[in-house]
Amino acid sequence: MGAPVTPQDHKPSPLGYVPGLGHLLRGDWPNAIGLSVQLLILIWAAVAGFPRLGELLFPEQGGSGLHPWIALIAWFGVVGLVGYTTWAGQQPPPPKDAVRSPTAELVKQFQRNRAGVFGLHIVSWMIVLALLTPLVAPFDPDALDVGGKSLPPQPGYWMGTDDFGRDLLSRSLYGARISLSIGFIAVGLSATLGALIGAVAGYFGGWVDRVSMWMVDLLLALPRLVLLLAIVGLFRSAGAQSLFLIVVILGLTGWMGVSRIVRAQVLTLKEQDFVQACRAMGIPDSRIILGHILPNAMAPVIVNASLAIGGTILTEASLSFLGLGVPPPTATWGSIINDGREFMRTAPWITIGPGLLIVLAVMSFNLLGDGLRDALDPKLRGRA
Amino acid sequence: MFTYTLKKLAMALPLLWGVITLIFFLIELSPGDATDRFFTPETPPEVRQAITEKWGLDKPAVTRYGIMMLNLLQGDFGRSISQERPVFDIVLDALPNTLVLSLLSLIVINLVGVVLGIVQAARQYSALDGGLSVLSLFFYSMPGFWLALVLQLVFGLWWPVLPTSGMIDPVMHDYMTPSQQTWDKLSHLVLPGVALGVSSAASVARYMRSSLLEVIRQDYIRTAKAKGLPEYVVVLKHALRNALLPIITILGMQLPFLVSGAVLVESIFAWPGMGRLIVQAIFSQDTPLIIACFFILTMLVVVGNLVADLLYAVVDPRIRFE
Repeated sequence: MGAPVTPQDHKPSPLGYVPGLGHLLRGDWPNAIGLSVQLLILIWAAVAGFPRLGELLFPEQGGSGLHPWIALIAWFGVVGLVGYTTWAGQQPPPPKDAVRSPTAELVKQFQRNRAGVFGLHIVSWMIVLALLTPLVAPFDPDALDVGGKSLPPQPGYWMGTDDFGRDLLSRSLYGARISLSIGFIAVGLSATLGALIGAVAGYFGGWVDRVSMWMVDLLLALPRLVLLLAIVGLFRSAGAQSLFLIVVILGLTGWMGVSRIVRAQVLTLKEQDFVQACRAMGIPDSRIILGHILPNAMAPVIVNASLAIGGTILTEASLSFLGLGVPPPTATWGSIINDGREFMRTAPWITIGPGLLIVLAVMSFNLLGDGLRDALDPKLRGRA
Repeated sequence: MFTYTLKKLAMALPLLWGVITLIFFLIELSPGDATDRFFTPETPPEVRQAITEKWGLDKPAVTRYGIMMLNLLQGDFGRSISQERPVFDIVLDALPNTLVLSLLSLIVINLVGVVLGIVQAARQYSALDGGLSVLSLFFYSMPGFWLALVLQLVFGLWWPVLPTSGMIDPVMHDYMTPSQQTWDKLSHLVLPGVALGVSSAASVARYMRSSLLEVIRQDYIRTAKAKGLPEYVVVLKHALRNALLPIITILGMQLPFLVSGAVLVESIFAWPGMGRLIVQAIFSQDTPLIIACFFILTMLVVVGNLVADLLYAVVDPRIRFE
């Protein structure tokens, strides 16, 4: 972002140790604003929560037990960020013609993609806000009638209030926590499963391939939302509607796409000369798969995973919209939209606001994924 | 190719069996059954007994599974417990409505998506490419049910130009001339079709762009360009065939995806199709109806994948059916 920075420009200065200020001195506005505001929020959370840190050692009766943990995370965030920038400022600038490490190369390639950096900014904002929600949210998400029923968006109630007079901004912020954690955990589960199953099926072929692809076909033959609907809908009276179970069910029903992509990739890769060479050298199959084939097939997995986080957020919202998501009164984006459906005529902001947040969240994960793909794919590198 | 088609259809049989078995035992494991709605806490036990016996629910699960499979083999889907009609009739009422909606969306989605993708890839990093990228990303990231609600709000409430529910005008349709009736049907298709298809079209465009860009960077394209061929020949003839391969894979997955989206869109637009039927069947725990719905869904997937496989061979001669 901003003007390209050569190592020579990077003079260590005391101000550069403050995250964000270094970027500001170099004229790198977007990163400077993003980093310094996030740092300020973190410091505020750390200071505001400081008096309650003692509760971690001596738990009190009736305390929420949540704020001290958030304060602790904020302290780690502040110390980590400042520590990192101090350390980075102390490093001697690398010589001009130095060969970059693969990680540095990846970072540099990623930073060239402005859309991807924008996505990363939004994602990191959402993570910071989701972590600090109890401190940032102006009201309790379930508090009734905080200032009037069905108020349109206005200062003080930035997203308006719903028909019970609950503040929609606070509800959406708490909803973001649920949606983001569901997205990350479920996709982590399904991407790992999918990559392993796909690689093994594609590489070995034969009955391994047939059995696992039969399973993939079986699960893909049931559209995911319908399968989830069946599982959660049929078992809702038996307690399937809990956050934990919904995450697991989402994770176990999302791996098929990845495994198909990896398998297709592996099928073409394994015919290529470098794999033949590996075989001829007698490298064991497990090492060929993990060390030679999967790295070449990882780019689509990572792209797919980042898109899948968005997709999972969408699926969870759809389930909540049908009333089958995380059980009420917990606010999720989908359930707020569902609540607002009755009041479309009189209070459309109940429906519109959280929907725009879903679009923003899913969009930034998609941008992040695209940026990562471009940075990860050596075939595209340097030619764009 | 003919034997391949037959073989694929034969391979669909274990798939169908797997799906039906999975769903049947999922329903069995879940608490309660479809007859619960007939009972109140005051229902005398003998009435309870009679109703349970009437629907054959007093037999053990394995016996009922056997009976159901035998009936299915003879093409008998059984009677719906919640609607008290033959399941076959219910599905036959709903399926054409969903097929009209999703096939129309499917065609428009792919045409629009592929064309947009080609335009974007051919003019990479132009203002047009950037604008279309942002637009398609925006729509791709949008929950279909939310788009459906917003469309209803905008085109039904704020600027009432299009009908927002049902398939025909419930009052006026019978008094219209044939051409007006056609227009009435088409206008009812527009909003659900858009709500269902926009995100898929955007996703096709995204895939098309990236896949074409990947192909364009390969050496044989450079060779073609070096030969002095005009750009449109290089893109449309040399690059497009290879770039279409991933699109065709998605094509096979789009039909079930559309049906999945239809679950929400049909509920919102009161479209009497399979999507709404599935939700009703699941909520009433109507075993025969659920099984029939999943049977149809699985068949849609099998046919979709078969079409994709056959198209694959048309586009890529390297692929031979063994």
